[in-house]
Amino acid sequence: MKLTLHIWRQKNASSAGKMVRYETDASEHMSFLEMLDVLNERLIAQGEEPVAFDHDCREGICGSCGFVINGVAHGPLPSTTVCQLHMRHFKDGDELYLEPWRAAAFPVIKDLVVDRSAFDRIIAAGGYISVSTGSAVDANALPVRKKDSDMAMDAAQCIGCGACVAACPNASASLFMSAKISHLGLLPQGQPERMERALNMVAAANEELFGSCTNIGECEAVCPKGIRLEFIARMNRDFLKASWTFRADRVEGD
Amino acid sequence: MKLDARIPSGPIEKKWEKCRFEMKLVNPANKRKFSVIVVGTGLAGGSAAATMGELGYNVKAFCFQDSPRRAHSIAAQGGINAAKNYQNDGDSIYRLFYDTVKGGDFRAREANVYRLAEISVNIIDQCVAQGVPFAREYGGLLANRSFGGAQVSRTFYARGQTGQQLLLGCYQALERQVQSGRVTMYPRHEMLELILIDGKARGIVTRNLVTGQIESHIADAVVLATGGYGNVFYLSTNAKGSNATAIWRAHRKGALFANPCFTQIHPTCIPVSGDYQSKLTLMSESLRNDGRIWVPQQKGDKRKPSQIPEGERDYYLERRYPSFGNLVPRDVASRAAKGACDEGRGVGETGLGVYLDFGDAIRRLGKGVVAERYGNLFEMYERITGEDPYSVPMRIFPAIHYTMGGLWVDYRLQSTIPGLFVIGEANFSDHGANRLGASALMQGLADGYFVLPYTIGDYLASTKLDKVDASHADARAAQNEANAQVKKLLGVQGKRTVDSFHREMGKMMWDECGMSRNAKGLEKAIGHIAALEQEFWKDVKVIGAGEELNQSLEKAGRLADFFELAQLMCRDALERQESCGGHFREEYQTPEGEAMRDDDDFCYAAAWEYKGPGKKHELHKESLSFEYVHLAQRSYK
Ligand SMILES: Cc1cc2nc3c(=O)[nH]c(=O)nc-3n(C[C@H](O)[C@H](O)[C@H](O)COP(=O)(O)OP(=O)(O)OC[C@H]3O[C@@H](n4cnc5c(N)ncnc54)[C@H](O)[C@@H]3O)c2cc1C
Ligand code: SF4
Ligand code: FES
Repeated sequence: MKLTLHIWRQKNASSAGKMVRYETDASEHMSFLEMLDVLNERLIAQGEEPVAFDHDCREGICGSCGFVINGVAHGPLPSTTVCQLHMRHFKDGDELYLEPWRAAAFPVIKDLVVDRSAFDRIIAAGGYISVSTGSAVDANALPVRKKDSDMAMDAAQCIGCGACVAACPNASASLFMSAKISHLGLLPQGQPERMERALNMVAAANEELFGSCTNIGECEAVCPKGIRLEFIARMNRDFLKASWTFRADRVEGD
Repeated sequence: MKLDARIPSGPIEKKWEKCRFEMKLVNPANKRKFSVIVVGTGLAGGSAAATMGELGYNVKAFCFQDSPRRAHSIAAQGGINAAKNYQNDGDSIYRLFYDTVKGGDFRAREANVYRLAEISVNIIDQCVAQGVPFAREYGGLLANRSFGGAQVSRTFYARGQTGQQLLLGCYQALERQVQSGRVTMYPRHEMLELILIDGKARGIVTRNLVTGQIESHIADAVVLATGGYGNVFYLSTNAKGSNATAIWRAHRKGALFANPCFTQIHPTCIPVSGDYQSKLTLMSESLRNDGRIWVPQQKGDKRKPSQIPEGERDYYLERRYPSFGNLVPRDVASRAAKGACDEGRGVGETGLGVYLDFGDAIRRLGKGVVAERYGNLFEMYERITGEDPYSVPMRIFPAIHYTMGGLWVDYRLQSTIPGLFVIGEANFSDHGANRLGASALMQGLADGYFVLPYTIGDYLASTKLDKVDASHADARAAQNEANAQVKKLLGVQGKRTVDSFHREMGKMMWDECGMSRNAKGLEKAIGHIAALEQEFWKDVKVIGAGEELNQSLEKAGRLADFFELAQLMCRDALERQESCGGHFREEYQTPEGEAMRDDDDFCYAAAWEYKGPGKKHELHKESLSFEYVHLAQRSYK
């Protein structure tokens, strides 16, 4: 099939970018990234710079890949990262616009590559259970209701790709954060730090340049891992409860 | 050079305890005075960096992805083994030890394997405490399944995403230490050289992948946790960025490389669809429980599978191995598939595939049951191929999956360079000539959480380390080497792309040093690869500059090292004149076509020493003795 691509080309963080038009051929069996590989091989042969994009596993699990295709983060197929999207979902003559995630908190590094390190900083602020190596009790000492464990797993599937932020008109990181807060908050092991976790992660997100959530739901629509809005509701409950009732331990003379 | 594995004396179940007792401890107040570099943040490196941070060391951790959470470990599907015996089905530490030594076809070190089995139980405790949502039963306790032909249910899993959940647990522990200031994380940094000062590993040279800046980092010890080298074959199930540069550069500086030819091939992957193919996708082995594998009896039969009558199909595994049938081990199933395709009976457009047919299972069990068991795998298959496995048989083909070889390490995970430790898939330690399913995750976490943090303490406490910094002449020399390599790659200005070279070499390796090998083919491959390497240095075309994000340059540097490693792999395969585990030499097989091990001459780990550019490697042997698990031949008839 013949395709016309318009791809965002930007040399580095400090230079201005622009859309550049390319004509290319593709087979329906190729993955979307393989279609770009083929384009890049041709660009190199012509002495032009290949298009930079992040990718690693190409199996929809590492969360490296991701850009916007015709206005939709990760492209047209629901629950699918761009590395798992195949060309059979497109047709001869299609015209495609490829752009990086657009969000103040995710500055563009080059072409379709953005800096998502803000996500790591949010996790560092509290997205964990504090248990140092060697201090754990026997794994079966604490039974967990299957229902809770299953729902924790649903939330834990987030791959940290950032599509939710890119799709949100406010560029909010709520879906991403709520996935971690729900995952850990649903498990008994996560209870002792539940309140601090919600407060600290939300505070960290506010320090980055993410917007706030106004319940639009674009995030859920593009999330490749089926993370649900319901988790944002859980996060909000934890956050509200923590803001009203939680006092950080301040022990005199400590 | 004398290889000393430093295995503690005494009965096997007491060795690790004895070793821990004998090791020197670093005074808690002194720990923060020591700095350690960890390269790689997969299960092995992430767990090691987090744990050393918790202990109070000053840790610098590096990865080439944009976040430590994206290491290749994230892609592991099936599960992680542990000798918990929660199912009361007769499992024990000793049984896991026994299965692993035997599964490795008697080419692993007994003492290491025993320690691995011993620690396996602590790993599960640690991960559950971190919030890893392993599958559970209705009573709220942990569920298990049997995996990879084991007779006991000892595999813990989190849906089909066990690696993801374990890695996220480890990543979160790591980020906690980043927050506390004890770990400094350097994402998008690639290690290009090892810095040796007074014969000890004292630092690394990295390239910042965003700015292109090449800089030196100095520490008191260096840990490599950079994963496997399966991408030497170009097409593999590994992530695209997985590479051998870190271990290869350390090898060139003196770390011996052990058993490079021991690679594992997984039988059930989705076949290649065209020459643009960029990687291969694994389909869980569990599919072989109900799917039947076949090819047409006739060569070049291009009919649709539904038009080939039952009598004209060859269910070759059931025919050749009546008692194991479709469930023969990975290496046997893989070789048989290749054999069928070599005879011209392969299926699909390329002829490189065999059918995995669920028709009978659907008739016997109903579509509902099949969907319940394999629904998500069928979906994944359809997503990639566009074919519906409920109505058309799946097509599968073997693919490179894991590398058992790696840098040689002693019992304490230290390489032949003092102060250089190697953990996870990057070392050669525990799997011998073949790895059992669900054991790589176990090894990575055992090394990182529970072994290295102790053994490195002993090294730091008992070694005199001078104060040095990046201005040291040896550090500057290493940095110059890295700079020179980048300049050289950019300077060639030839006509061929990096990928075109990599594909050509990968194909050669797959044909001659893949599923089955012979002396003639291996010799041919060595010559061909050396010639291709020369052409690469004359004709590669890398666009762009060094001082920016340059993905072609990254790929070129990795390929340059793969060229050298590939030749060593062939040398090693040539030298090992026996068949064992994943290494099948056509000259050494029984009349029925089964692998023939030679314990009299080859019961050793082959550790290769680099002698300089263009010079032949020298072979050193660590002989292996089996005091607990007695040498025996495998059989699946
Ligand atoms: C598809 C698939 C499924 C699997 N399923 C299972 C399973 O079910 N059970 C099981 O036990 N095993 C499984 N395995 C094997 C297992 O996943 C790996 O062996 C294991 O995760 C390796 O972990 P690691 O920590 O050693 O390395 P990796 O996870 O590969 O991490 C390597 C790290 O090193 C970094 N790095 C590499 N080179 C450099 C460099 N030059 N400079 C800086 N950083 C560098 C990377 O950024 C990364 O952080 C599977 C493997 C594959 C491919
Ligand atoms: S919530 Fe979904 S879209 Fe957002 S980072 Fe996680 S996986 Fe990606
Ligand atoms: S490349 Fe890993 S999720 Fe797409």
